[in-house]
Amino acid sequence: MSTSKIALKHSNDMRKGANPIIYIVCIILGLLSLFPFWVMVCNATRSTYEIQAHAISFLPSVSLPTNYEILNGKTFNAVSGFFNSLIVSTGVTFCSVYFSTLTAFALIAYNWKLRQAFFTLILAVMMIPAQVISIGFYQFMYKIGMTNNFLALILPAIASPMTVFFMRQYMLPALSLDLVAAGRIDGAGEFRIFNQIVIPIMKPAMATQAIFAFVNSWNELFLPMILLTRKENYTMPIMVSLLKGDIYKTEYGAVYLALTLSVLPLLVVYLTLSKYIVAGVALGSVKG
Amino acid sequence: MAKTRVKAVSYAKYGYLFSLPFIVAYLIFSLYPTLYTAVIGFTDLKGVARNFKFLAEPFKNFSIILNNVTFQNSLVNTFEIWIMNFIPQIALSLLLTAWFTSRARRIRCQGAFKVLFYLPNIITSATVAILFATMFGYPIGPINDILVSTGMIEAPFNFLTSPIAAKLVVAFIQFWKWYGYTTIVLISGALGINPELFESAEIDGARPSQIFFRITLPCMRTILVFTLITSLIGGLNMFDIPKLYIMDGGPADATKTASVFIYTQAFKGAYLYNRAAAASMIMFVIIAICSAVVFFIMRDKHEVQQKRDERRAKRIHSKRLEGLAE
Repeated sequence: MSTSKIALKHSNDMRKGANPIIYIVCIILGLLSLFPFWVMVCNATRSTYEIQAHAISFLPSVSLPTNYEILNGKTFNAVSGFFNSLIVSTGVTFCSVYFSTLTAFALIAYNWKLRQAFFTLILAVMMIPAQVISIGFYQFMYKIGMTNNFLALILPAIASPMTVFFMRQYMLPALSLDLVAAGRIDGAGEFRIFNQIVIPIMKPAMATQAIFAFVNSWNELFLPMILLTRKENYTMPIMVSLLKGDIYKTEYGAVYLALTLSVLPLLVVYLTLSKYIVAGVALGSVKG
Repeated sequence: MAKTRVKAVSYAKYGYLFSLPFIVAYLIFSLYPTLYTAVIGFTDLKGVARNFKFLAEPFKNFSIILNNVTFQNSLVNTFEIWIMNFIPQIALSLLLTAWFTSRARRIRCQGAFKVLFYLPNIITSATVAILFATMFGYPIGPINDILVSTGMIEAPFNFLTSPIAAKLVVAFIQFWKWYGYTTIVLISGALGINPELFESAEIDGARPSQIFFRITLPCMRTILVFTLITSLIGGLNMFDIPKLYIMDGGPADATKTASVFIYTQAFKGAYLYNRAAAASMIMFVIIAICSAVVFFIMRDKHEVQQKRDERRAKRIHSKRLEGLAE
């Protein structure tokens, strides 16, 4: 205790000497993170004519309504993209978080013969991305008529090995098996024990995993792009990919506005939850 | 005693029951598509026809794909772009880790910096790709505007038609999206090192740079290998940005990665599902090898942790006994 106090005092003394170069580099990197988005938001409010005269401006202008009208007349439909993405991402988040917690509970609370083998399997397939088996997945979904069906994107999330792994790591120290036993003595069934005792204990971990599941699903392009072929089913990233088309060639203001609309929900989520998100990354959430 | 054993056996069925949804979903949506992809690799499935038959020479698709210049080129591109993004990324992340975990000087606003560094990671890759394509637009994109207005170049440069520039920009976007993530992971790894090691090094008079290279880095070996492999697996799957930054991996296929190649084989032009499946299986094997490395790291780490916990429990126990003796 006393050593750490001395160390803290020591670091306070040294603080005056902290290298200004560190702050300069950090501030430059921070600005680099913000710069593209700031240009994007400003240009979303500027007319195509203004952008052509000077493509960069750090001040917004007044053409937001005009840009929105131009955008609305074309294929990019922010409202439908938003709701489609919302349905898929909410479904994926629920399935992956709820069932991963349930699977982790099965791995921890019960002694079954294949338990260790099952956990080894989860570790082994954890890193295999869905993308490399997309050809077989697409052909299979096509055969059973599930293309253009959101369930084809949502149901696979029931088996999320990475989330199970994380949930197990968190549950191992957090859940005392005495609590489960106490629930049994009170006459609760196993499923009720899970829903009423285990889930409340797991809430912090579930919240962290929910954020990442939601954001990853919201950003996913590959599988939605090959599965969803009808315009009314397009998710936000597919809508964004349409901006590459020729009809947007000269409508710079509208393109910037479309990009801004696609980013806005994420920015709001990030700025309100940034503390938890950064802490979640530090806890060892792995690249999705 | 006999009664509890009966109880334990009867509860075991819930273990199977509660992992059933996972197992069923995994069999249907992962294992079956994997096997199906492998099977398609041996067939003539292409175009709009959905029925297929096996090829007379089973490995024909694989040999065609392996000898396909575009595929070879896409593997080289994938690797080049990954290297160009990973080396600066790990270098910057290590530098930031050294600064942010330095015991001699505490950086202020660390939380705010981390939030800013991680911001690009959370934004949709599709949006980022199109945003950068617009930023690097020719002749009137914002970047050209800056470069010309400040007099760094005389005439606007066409970033979008130069193969080298396109590759560099895609690598830069990957770097920009991921260095914040890597930094946060490495900092949390460095904070997990036993502080006694640093204290004794300080007492021995080690300089901060010595401490970083002799203690921090060696102690972070596992997490560094983990970062390397996960980044490699992510890099091998790089799709959104090269697909959208310049349409389908242009110019002149300079940004065509393996994933973009597979996509264009299967879902563009002649719909060569069989060739795409063969290419997918080749990627699958490469990724499986990489993930095997992660698997063994994770397992070892788990075992080490368990042993450490056991030892700590023993130590606490013996200390308690000593306390009782006194």
